[in-house]
Amino acid sequence: MSSLELVGVTVRYAETVAVRDVSMTAAPGEWLGVIGANGAGKSSLLRAAAHLVPFTGTVAVDGVSLGGLSRRRRAQLVAYVPQQPELPAGMSVLDYTLLGRTPHIAYFGVESAADRRQCRDLLDQLRLADLADRHLATLSGGELQRVVLARALAQDAPVLLLDEPTSALDLGRRVDALELVDELRRSRGLTVVSAMHDLTLAAQFADRLVLVSAGGVVAAGSPAEVLREDLLSTCFGARVRVLTDEDGSLLVVPHRSRSRTR
Amino acid sequence: MTLRPVRAPLPTPVGEGAAEPRRRHPVRLPLTVSLLVLVGALILGIVVGPVHVGVGEIVGTLLHHVPLVRRHTGTPPVDQAIIWQVRAPRVVLAALVGAMLAGGGASYQGVLRNSLADPYLLGVAAGAGLGATIAIIAGGGNSLALPGAAFAGAVVAVTLTYVVSVAGGGQGSGYAIILAGVAVAAMLTAFQTYLQQRHTEEIRQIYMWILGSLSTSSWSDVRLVLPYIAVSLGVLLAHRRILDVLRVGGDEAGALGIHPERTRLIIVGAATLGTAAAVSVSGLIGFVGIIVPHAVRLAAGASYRVVLPVAMVAGAAFLVLADVVARTVQAPTEVPIGVVTALVGAPFFLIVLRSRRSRHGVL
Repeated sequence: MSSLELVGVTVRYAETVAVRDVSMTAAPGEWLGVIGANGAGKSSLLRAAAHLVPFTGTVAVDGVSLGGLSRRRRAQLVAYVPQQPELPAGMSVLDYTLLGRTPHIAYFGVESAADRRQCRDLLDQLRLADLADRHLATLSGGELQRVVLARALAQDAPVLLLDEPTSALDLGRRVDALELVDELRRSRGLTVVSAMHDLTLAAQFADRLVLVSAGGVVAAGSPAEVLREDLLSTCFGARVRVLTDEDGSLLVVPHRSRSRTR
Repeated sequence: MTLRPVRAPLPTPVGEGAAEPRRRHPVRLPLTVSLLVLVGALILGIVVGPVHVGVGEIVGTLLHHVPLVRRHTGTPPVDQAIIWQVRAPRVVLAALVGAMLAGGGASYQGVLRNSLADPYLLGVAAGAGLGATIAIIAGGGNSLALPGAAFAGAVVAVTLTYVVSVAGGGQGSGYAIILAGVAVAAMLTAFQTYLQQRHTEEIRQIYMWILGSLSTSSWSDVRLVLPYIAVSLGVLLAHRRILDVLRVGGDEAGALGIHPERTRLIIVGAATLGTAAAVSVSGLIGFVGIIVPHAVRLAAGASYRVVLPVAMVAGAAFLVLADVVARTVQAPTEVPIGVVTALVGAPFFLIVLRSRRSRHGVL
């Protein structure tokens, strides 16, 4: 298991600062949820962690700064799933999963039999074995989410970055997808950092949460520490109630600011 | 009729629970079929012509020129000269140019992630046209100066496109480079048109070059372009898996450990150099770079491990056959080969598109 550490990360686009001096650590095997309003800097933060945008500061895995490593070596340590993955037309599920082996294949090389076997096993594990030869375009949203996850897992990286992994899914598929991530995290000892939209699910799945607003960290800690009505109301610009379910889990409920008039 | 090789195989990679062994070599069947058609096309290209020569005479003459064999042939010297000096270099050159245009087109489409990209897109055609026009006006139209000038024009144009796209803040990204290519091509074409209008007596010669022709091919042309085309095709083929990785976009390819910008530069550079060499001896033969890769995709799947090698072989066969048509339909005069590729290619392409689109979901 590996830790992911961000120290003083700042991301600047042309005139705007998307992420301002953010430091945070995901402990080995931990699920760290990043929450915040649209445009708060969640995606930029994850993209910086994956070295996909220019940034200042340090990103380190197990104390080793990724900045000094080759792209290939970085991809062996950190896998990244974007919010809207690009799905090439006419590509089969197995071929797509095999792309995940890229950091382990020589530049001019092709996949070995071992790579193929590993990807087949992975598809098996994600209940996708029957879909291996299907084209991506023929899959449902939930199946696609699992395929994209399979490609990221094929990288064999100890750190998994997920940018709002469930935004395109219905309620049931959302829970399924997050359960699967959690299961894989435990069985493979992954460290997961994910941007999350649904705060109730974030409270249930993440070990710790980081709340970002305007590019900076507003609060970090356990879900109970971060999901406070006053903080959320300010950061999301809406009235929010945080309720506690019978089993002790937190429920975050948005509230209409004006009462219904008849 | 022409593109049968890529149409026939259809090893649908969709496969209903396809077995592992069959999937492992999805390129084998389409490549074998297109290679067979290429061999047939090469033989046809040497057989067809105003003077009849038999297959036996062709084999005898070719063997006579194979080092170490040097078998004595009973073929009359005149036939030997027709076969070896006139027709053989022509079909070989057609095959090289066809392979380069199709392979270059497929690579451009992959690396720019634009299905309408062809090897002329980034200014190669406009630059080569301007170079050739200058050479013809300066009186070098029949010498080695013409291919040299066309080649130089093409390379300068694409370099200009790249510099403009980077200066425009695009860091050589797909969109920026295409827009820069359009602008550079428009500028160079305007300049070329201006020169052409100032020298009306050479218009016919310039026009014939632009439409493309292989009628003056010789072994020296083959020797001239072979190194460029061989290196270019080799570099492109070596990138076939990387081109598949790039299909997920620059961002995700970057997260998989690839340098998208650097890779794009290498592939565009290799494809451009080879295409510039090809057009310098053949003129601007249109349509091959778009139609052949897409026909291969529709028939054999979209993976570049299949598309690149098969498109190169199929492109070679296509251009050899197109050249046969160009020199026979109106014999003894020749139709410009670019006219044939467009006239035969467009309807064929539409037929393939219509019959395969629903099945593959490609394009």
